[in-house]
Amino acid sequence: MHLESVSKIYKKKESEVIALHTTTLDIPRGDFVAIIGPSGSGKTTLLSMLGAMSAPSKGKIWLDGESIYDLPIEQRAQLRQEKIGFVFQTFNLIPYLTAIENVQIPLALAKASVERQKQCAEELLDKVGLSDRMNHKPDELSVGQQQRVALARMLANDPAIILADEPTGNLDPDTKDQVMSYLEEFNQEGRTIIMVTHDLSAAKCAKRILKLSEGGVCPDESNHILKTA
Amino acid sequence: MNLRTIVWKEMRERPTAMFVSLLAVMLSVTALVAIRNVAVFSEIEVADKLDKLGANVLILPKEASLQDYYAADMQSETIPEEIVSELVFAQMTGVEAIAPKLCIPATIHDQKTTLTGILPQSEIQKMASWQGGVLFKKHEGCKAKINLANEKDDSPEALAKRRTLQNLGDKDVILGAEYAEATGLKQGDKIQILGEEFSVLTVLDATGTVDDSRVFAHLHNVQDLSKSGEVVNVIEVMGCCKDVANGLIGKLQSLLPDTKIMTIANVVKTQISVNQMMTNISYMFLTILVVIGGASMASSTFSNVIERRREIGTLMALGASPKFVTNLFLVKAVLLGLAGGIGGYVLGSVLAYFLGPYFADISVYPLPSLMLIATGTAVFVTLIASYIPARRAANLDPCICFKEV
Repeated sequence: MHLESVSKIYKKKESEVIALHTTTLDIPRGDFVAIIGPSGSGKTTLLSMLGAMSAPSKGKIWLDGESIYDLPIEQRAQLRQEKIGFVFQTFNLIPYLTAIENVQIPLALAKASVERQKQCAEELLDKVGLSDRMNHKPDELSVGQQQRVALARMLANDPAIILADEPTGNLDPDTKDQVMSYLEEFNQEGRTIIMVTHDLSAAKCAKRILKLSEGGVCPDESNHILKTA
Repeated sequence: MNLRTIVWKEMRERPTAMFVSLLAVMLSVTALVAIRNVAVFSEIEVADKLDKLGANVLILPKEASLQDYYAADMQSETIPEEIVSELVFAQMTGVEAIAPKLCIPATIHDQKTTLTGILPQSEIQKMASWQGGVLFKKHEGCKAKINLANEKDDSPEALAKRRTLQNLGDKDVILGAEYAEATGLKQGDKIQILGEEFSVLTVLDATGTVDDSRVFAHLHNVQDLSKSGEVVNVIEVMGCCKDVANGLIGKLQSLLPDTKIMTIANVVKTQISVNQMMTNISYMFLTILVVIGGASMASSTFSNVIERRREIGTLMALGASPKFVTNLFLVKAVLLGLAGGIGGYVLGSVLAYFLGPYFADISVYPLPSLMLIATGTAVFVTLIASYIPARRAANLDPCICFKEV
């Protein structure tokens, strides 16, 4: 993934807010990047742009040699479906669907057969240790279990890139460690992981850290210092 | 798991919201179906009543006045019989049958009576066959078949209620019930009329009209016996009630400017105006369905979109296209429209069945064709009402999935 002179400016009435200054960035396949920074520094904005959900005001974002915001909206949706998996801070499970049905959603969107949906969802839930909770709705699961269902759902379409927004933000220390070990495992499988976090201990699991401050990416040296601090 | 599963599970998750939307659509459809059902059966009832009255249009001499509808022919003025041929040849839409009559006062079998000459339908049909074989043009509009004499059912007793007769022999007469009772004459008896002998073909059932005291014979015999020439006092026309209301009278007046065309205007106008009122009420309820049902559905869908913003954003992040999101709400609208339409049809039909006899004094039964109309309208309304909220959902910023909503 490559960001070429990307910036994001939000316009509100007559004023302009720079969410992300002009940034050029390379994220090679198999990388594990943690993006840290204070609230309002542009972390989520960057994640949205990387996730083909929010077009930059300037610049281009390339994925596998394709400028993703030059694609029509339907094709961007298909790109997300095929190549990108999301992990959310509050899990974003569909409350009226069971664990297995939540995991089936990406497969259903990709028009997989019902048999394949069920088989794949069962395997993934088994992988995250929830084979005995398949028919439970989110409100019948613990916070940790909900995040594991979300991880299983994220893996359903075998994405090459995982975008995680504060994946450990709502978790207790034990569950946090568990989730981070899952992310490390996914990275070892060859997936690219880009994780936004406030949690420095979680960020340390990444191969490299990008620090965002007031809409700008700090130089690599400081990142190195941060990681080794 | 597919789109329908997601829609169905979401609806079950929010039963109150679903029920409120469904109720608004269903009640509107119920009212529409109930009113329309009663209106249709009311129209049938009107047509039946007019049919029972027999002739509903009279062609009279210009100077004639009408005191009694059933005694329209009891007057001295006449019109030429050739008008009958003109009517047959004109082939006017809405004219089902014509019955020319000539009346003369007479004393028959020592009893004062009115000798009425009638022309049997077989002879009118013969006139039509000279013109190509079709008696009258087919027409649309009448809900009930007008009960006319015909070749298959030509019993002379039918004259009492149909006011037409298929066949009548040269030497046959038919007696009214009151006249037969007064003279003691019965079927098969011989009778002298103005010096000629006739045979009693039948005695009619009592009708409660002046016909009960009459003697009926072939029109041409009565013309000959009275030496009045080829004239008649009246031509009764059995017209389709809808066509009578929709301008048949005017057309007849144009065709026969030297005659007076009269109809049972009050009956027709009142009944038709009641039907029109019912039709207007059903249109009103259709408007209510569109406005109330549609507004309720639109409002409910808007709320649903707002409530599910995060879910929609998440689905988009997972790869749902705007089309998928739009369909998520439109499929729900179709399901609610179908349920509201079918439920409303059932409820409306039941309501009409019980309230029809109570309010309109008519028997009402379910009309299957209304189910298609009701369901189609309900689905159309819910779809239209949900379209804008659904498009709004599809245009939501998917980044909302990252925010606490």
